[in-house]
Amino acid sequence: MAKQLTIFVENRAGRLKTITDNLRKSNIDIRAFTIQDRGDYGLLKLIVDKPNDAYLALANLGCACALKDILAISVPDQPGNFHRLTSALAEHNVNVIDAYGFVLQPHNTGVCCMEVDQPQLMKAQEIVAEAGFTVLQDEELYSL
Amino acid sequence: MDVPFWNKQVETLDRASLQAIQLERFREMVAWALKTPFYGKKLASVGIASPDDVKSLRDLGRIPFTVKDDLRRGFPRGLLAVEMSEVVRIHSSSGTTGIPTVIYFARDDLDRWTDLLARSITATGASARDIFQNMMTYGLFTGGLGLHYGAERVGMTVIPIGGGNTKRQIQTMKDFQTTVLHVTPSYLLHIHSQFESEGVRPGDLALTRAFIGAEPHSENTRRKIEDLLGIQAFNSYGLSELNGPGVAFECVHRKDMHVWEDAYLIEIIDPKTGQNVEDGQEGEVVLTNLIRRAMPILRYRTRDLAFLHPEPCECGRTHRRLSRILGRTDDMLIINGVNVFPSQIEEKIMKVPEVATNYLIHVDKKGALDRLTVKVEIYPKLFLGEAARLEALRTRIREELRSSIVISPNVELHEPGSLPVSEGKAKRVIDERPKD
Ligand SMILES: [Zn+2]
Repeated sequence: MAKQLTIFVENRAGRLKTITDNLRKSNIDIRAFTIQDRGDYGLLKLIVDKPNDAYLALANLGCACALKDILAISVPDQPGNFHRLTSALAEHNVNVIDAYGFVLQPHNTGVCCMEVDQPQLMKAQEIVAEAGFTVLQDEELYSL
Repeated sequence: MDVPFWNKQVETLDRASLQAIQLERFREMVAWALKTPFYGKKLASVGIASPDDVKSLRDLGRIPFTVKDDLRRGFPRGLLAVEMSEVVRIHSSSGTTGIPTVIYFARDDLDRWTDLLARSITATGASARDIFQNMMTYGLFTGGLGLHYGAERVGMTVIPIGGGNTKRQIQTMKDFQTTVLHVTPSYLLHIHSQFESEGVRPGDLALTRAFIGAEPHSENTRRKIEDLLGIQAFNSYGLSELNGPGVAFECVHRKDMHVWEDAYLIEIIDPKTGQNVEDGQEGEVVLTNLIRRAMPILRYRTRDLAFLHPEPCECGRTHRRLSRILGRTDDMLIINGVNVFPSQIEEKIMKVPEVATNYLIHVDKKGALDRLTVKVEIYPKLFLGEAARLEALRTRIREELRSSIVISPNVELHEPGSLPVSEGKAKRVIDERPKD
């Protein structure tokens, strides 16, 4: 299962830089990121090549961060594909907490990252596979 | 439970015998006070011109209160009852107005005060076998030197390290296998937060007890300290006007602090009317020093709010117990007409495991209304990376606070380590409302 690193960041200047700076020093490659804005704070969500190393680097700094299993789904770039994916999940009452997409080079693979309620994770993975999508495992994702 | 005593005879006196000692010392103090310009006038105004005018402890009520401003106005020698050549030590607190409060001790005064501290330390179960790391500030502040000499009198091995320098504090705890600390609760929590980065592993330290004082804190703060460090934490009370630490101290039962009533007369008054309240009722602590001749203090209004336990302690001491300080008459915030004590907010925050021990109370004005914001830090080990949980946490803290302080504050979540930590007395309240 793919791992996402979530970091609690206060909404003030310079905070992101501190984090990216420390990841750089630990030789972490950031493959994708998104920020969920909650007003006075935000949640920075990262897909990185070495999730455990990244987690330790930030935890040692005293950051509030967490590693979480998520679904990383390969979605070929064709009209209607994303809709097919969300429909399949909706049909089975899977609640998507947050989702974001990125394109992995050089294969031009569209990847959709989805956070779902943790108890529903395994079920969601099966639904997505049944709908004909490939769920990327961590090694596949990081080494792409 | 084994109950150790320093002076069992005095500590377990029956009420009548205790009052007999109090009356004798009270009259003696009145005699010393009459030698000072300040009390000479004050006592004459209520018809006390000699100690013979004091017939019983009830006469205490005739004497007007002494307040902090009296001490400032009396600066530097208005309250001095002996020749300066007899004074062997001066302590002082700075205060915000710039004029310091100065306290004078003669040799015997220091001796009696030191004895109270030896009594206090012994009451906690600490003894000559302990290694004592005194992390309070030395110097003009009474906290450092007071406990220092008390601990020496008990025969403890004293490390007079003083405040600050967290790295060295932790290294010293390891090197000397310190067993007892004297420290402010906020600094102790800060020190603990640095254990991991300083490479402290369980088993590296030998701590068993901490004497915590010099700043008001809640019962939950004490529990947090005890749980995190695996030690017993003893609350203590004192202020330099009344010598310093050792006015009251917890015994092995840790159920509030025995006031050493042979050395201090304690009253709890209604701060509005000045009338004494019953034991068990909360009010302002008023203290009369019975052991300091160089600078007598009668009926000093401490501005600390607390109550006296009416029932005796299991340890057998007859000296009444004072509750922890529940607030200050002068740190009470009035927010949209509602009285709020920072201690009420701390009490609630310390119960929430998902937030760390630092917090900040911020008050400002939005339009015509006061706005209260409580800032807390996320505790990294319980962070799960879910926005929904954080919002639920925010709501839970707000609801908890509302149940205690009636008004509903904004709750802000902050990164670990982002709120200011002060080594020593923590500044937890920022009031930015315009003063009129
Ligand atoms: Zn007791």
